[in-house]
Amino acid sequence: MHQLAVEIPYWGQSIFRVLGGLVAVLLPAGGIVYLFLFKMMSFMQSRLGPMEAGPFGSMQLLAEVGKWLQKEDIQPDNADKTIFKMAPVVVLLSTFLLIVVVPFGPDAFFADLDAGVFYFLAVGSVSVLGILMAGWSSANKYSLLGGLRAAGQLIAYELPMVLATLGVVIQAGSMNLNRIVEVQNTGEIFGIGILGNPFILTQGVGFLIFMIAVQAELTQPPFDMPIAESELVSGYMTEYSGFRFLMFFIAEFATAGVFAFIASVLFLGGWGVPFTWFGWENLDDVAWWMNVVGPLIMFTKMMGLVLIIMWVRFSSPRFREDQLQTFAWKFLIPLSLANIAVTAILKVVF
Amino acid sequence: MSDFLRDYLNVVWFSVAALAIGGLLLGLAAAIRPTFPSAEKYIAYESGVDPVGMGWSQSQIRYYVFALLFVIFDVEAVFLFPWAASAERYGTFGLVVMLIFIVLLLDGLFYAWKRGLLRWV
Repeated sequence: MHQLAVEIPYWGQSIFRVLGGLVAVLLPAGGIVYLFLFKMMSFMQSRLGPMEAGPFGSMQLLAEVGKWLQKEDIQPDNADKTIFKMAPVVVLLSTFLLIVVVPFGPDAFFADLDAGVFYFLAVGSVSVLGILMAGWSSANKYSLLGGLRAAGQLIAYELPMVLATLGVVIQAGSMNLNRIVEVQNTGEIFGIGILGNPFILTQGVGFLIFMIAVQAELTQPPFDMPIAESELVSGYMTEYSGFRFLMFFIAEFATAGVFAFIASVLFLGGWGVPFTWFGWENLDDVAWWMNVVGPLIMFTKMMGLVLIIMWVRFSSPRFREDQLQTFAWKFLIPLSLANIAVTAILKVVF
Repeated sequence: MSDFLRDYLNVVWFSVAALAIGGLLLGLAAAIRPTFPSAEKYIAYESGVDPVGMGWSQSQIRYYVFALLFVIFDVEAVFLFPWAASAERYGTFGLVVMLIFIVLLLDGLFYAWKRGLLRWV
């Protein structure tokens, strides 16, 4: 851990970090919903989207939150009420726990975990628990089917994600996300050391597998069978109304942002700009200004990756359930195992 | 307290913050929203038709075999990670051993494939 210029007591740091974490979760979620879900989707479908609230509808989000706050909260009589109420909170909790591991700068991280990769893979699966809780406790056939589908899908795509990350770990030689960023920005590619090496160049296959798995984990089309609104009426969310529904909604897009953050840390060089030289013989020389610029760079990369996720979402039809499972087990998993083998051989031989 | 424990303590603070935010927003909603209860509202919503039978109806879980396969593969991925983090240190010996391990994994997958476990049953 590098020394900060000003010594802040631990409790002050903790409050600062938690506030930063709230911003890092909610700001991307708001940006994604407004820029991509409201505006980009509308333009792709030849309509204007929200235009009334604020200039170009930019206040629409506030209006929506205000609307959802005033909605009646309906819990079906047959539902398992305790678990029904807990489920959205568990999903939101998973998102907040995921952001802990993302580094935004040399000192601008929330927690410097040595097993960072393990941590985000483990915590990322907590949302499945929330979704299963929601699907089961609703006492609704649609919800039950949606919950089971979600579990099957998230299980199938957890593995390609784990194995794609393994390639990065082999190449970086560390499971610490801060270290992975450093290795990418100070590493060499084809013997040229001054430019750094974002892993997307050498782990391109891994990056593709990772992004496909992220698309499936977020249950975005073409992998949206669990919420399929035309056949399952939003699946596990059928019985939710009012603010509990909005919490599922916020968590979905906040998680999209966080997974894009993690993908940019693993594959795009994190808070460094690829192919530029920051004089990184000594990280402490750049630490003081990278702490401010780093989050902005991360935000840019995150928005770029979410743009791709949303682009695919808006322009592709839904897979069939068995096609989805077949794709994961018969194509992605053998491919990612082959990717690991090739990466390891090249790493050890060269 | 060591840095190691402090980093994990941050995880605890974040979960507390998440629960607090969730509780705060739900509490605000509870203070604002109206309630007009009626019996029909609290029936499970199944596209407007009155639900037949219980919501927890039996259905065929087609992919339970995949769940078993997932557990096997995930545990084996756990074994791969410690080697991956220091692949260079173990050198050729570690590489050969782990390649055998990965080939065994692939072999298991192809065996399940050949047995017809990876299809819609």
